[in-house]
Amino acid sequence: MTEQTIVNIGPSHPSTHGVCRVIVTLDGETVVHAEPVIGHLHRGIEKMAENRTYLQVVPLTDRLDYVGSMYANWAYCRSVERLAGIRVPERAEYIRVIVCELQRIASHMMGIGSTGADTGATSAFMYTFAQRDHVVELFEALCGARLTYNYVRPGGVSMDLPDGWVEQCRAFTAQHPPVMMEIDRLLFGNVIARARLKGVGVLTPEDAVGWGTSGPVARGSGVDWDLRRDDPYSVYPRFDFQIPLGEIGDCYDRARVRLWECVESCKIINQALDQIEPGSVHAEGLPRLLAPRPGDAYDHIESARGSLGVYLVSDGSPRPYRMKVRSPAFCNLAVLPLLAEGHTLSDLIVIIGSLDPVFGEVDR
Amino acid sequence: MAFVDDLGAALDKTPGGGIILTSLDAVMDWSRGKSLWMMPMGTACCAMELIAASFSRFDFDRHGSIPRPDPRHCDVMVVAGTITRKMAPAVKRLYEQMPDPKWVIAMGNCAVSGGIFYYDTYSVIRGVDEFLPVDVYISGCPPRPEALQDAILRLREQVATDSIVPGRDRQLNTILPTPGSPRKGDSAAADGDDS
Ligand code: SF4
Repeated sequence: MTEQTIVNIGPSHPSTHGVCRVIVTLDGETVVHAEPVIGHLHRGIEKMAENRTYLQVVPLTDRLDYVGSMYANWAYCRSVERLAGIRVPERAEYIRVIVCELQRIASHMMGIGSTGADTGATSAFMYTFAQRDHVVELFEALCGARLTYNYVRPGGVSMDLPDGWVEQCRAFTAQHPPVMMEIDRLLFGNVIARARLKGVGVLTPEDAVGWGTSGPVARGSGVDWDLRRDDPYSVYPRFDFQIPLGEIGDCYDRARVRLWECVESCKIINQALDQIEPGSVHAEGLPRLLAPRPGDAYDHIESARGSLGVYLVSDGSPRPYRMKVRSPAFCNLAVLPLLAEGHTLSDLIVIIGSLDPVFGEVDR
Repeated sequence: MAFVDDLGAALDKTPGGGIILTSLDAVMDWSRGKSLWMMPMGTACCAMELIAASFSRFDFDRHGSIPRPDPRHCDVMVVAGTITRKMAPAVKRLYEQMPDPKWVIAMGNCAVSGGIFYYDTYSVIRGVDEFLPVDVYISGCPPRPEALQDAILRLREQVATDSIVPGRDRQLNTILPTPGSPRKGDSAAADGDDS
């Protein structure tokens, strides 16, 4: 063993996908230990929620996972609905499923693009961001915002689909899978990308379960767990879709799982667009100021990063007594020391990218 | 830039040096304005729009604004996102590592004033101008990439009035000129407004 060096990466480093700081102990170029330091984006959202009414908290949840704002909106609204016993109209449920699957595509486009960038192929970003821009455009037509939507509200969604939106959406889902096939060939068929991704950062299924990972990180290791199928919520039981799984749990598998999930999302969106029927998009007769009975509620959904849960405690007042977010990105990031050990420093960057953390959600 | 500064100061004092100085200024400002390399200080949601700005659709490379990860390569720091108390020292340090002349763009409400995190929170700095000299503010939560584009073009106008003589640019730039409005110092209309 040679003398060990300690290297600090971050907190502002382009390859840490946000404001993560990693303290790396190196032996030569081999990572002995990598310790993520979080909290650089701690904005106190959970504390702020205690001073807002139930409706005012929705914009705050947008800022949690800013790559996939719709998920946090939905998870929070499900908790509120469970707490206050609100029934959501069926059309609103369908719209929620459609926007969340679109959001999954947008979010994975970011993840796949950065996998390419981390392995030295910035051009992958060009392809994925073109797709992401299509989704963002659809959202903009829907609610006027490109990133922070504030669209899913307790009791339904804020607005019905605008004219012509369904056709635009169908056009998008028709052209998306072929582009994914192309990215699969270009990026994952590339010799350099394969060499950089395969066998790097292997997460065994036992560790994946033991450390509480979820989403593509767990499914990349072959853990067959998806809340959309295993704890069905909303109208998901009505759709026919596959859950893509990885084989050995390396960076390659995690990235591939994301890619196939996008194709499956397109299938779900198409089925939902076929089944959706006219109707109201917001529950009737809700009071302006929600004040649920004292009690607590927890609900979770499958976000692009894993199972995202929101726990709410009410004391009968119009403001939540406590809000706690179970963030998948936080749990997924926890396996970083485990995965990085024994790999080189350049592989560490690829491993961080493959976990696809979003620090708004990690730090909250 | 010490050599250029000395040269500028010396020319300023030499009789007839002003002609050379203004020509030199014009060349320097032209080259600086056309290649404002960005230091992407993206911390939160706004960073997504900052990333979107440099890829397929908006393609900022055509303005000569390339995001560079190293502060030593950069001219303008784009602060996009919430700056927390824990993050602020790092931002300040990166700013100090950038070579002169340098500019700062505050992108998004968080960087401008704290935005949605102004009230009720204990960890957010209320605007990056508490510790950095900001040249252009962009409001929005998040601002569109087009807004960032506009900010870069505005900054270019501002750079065009800079001088290599230290201190001289300050008087010229107290007001950021808008397109079409008279610039300070080169028209009689501005004087007329004052009276
Ligand atoms: S201004 Fe809005 S979008 Fe930008 S970082 Fe702040 S909360 Fe996020």
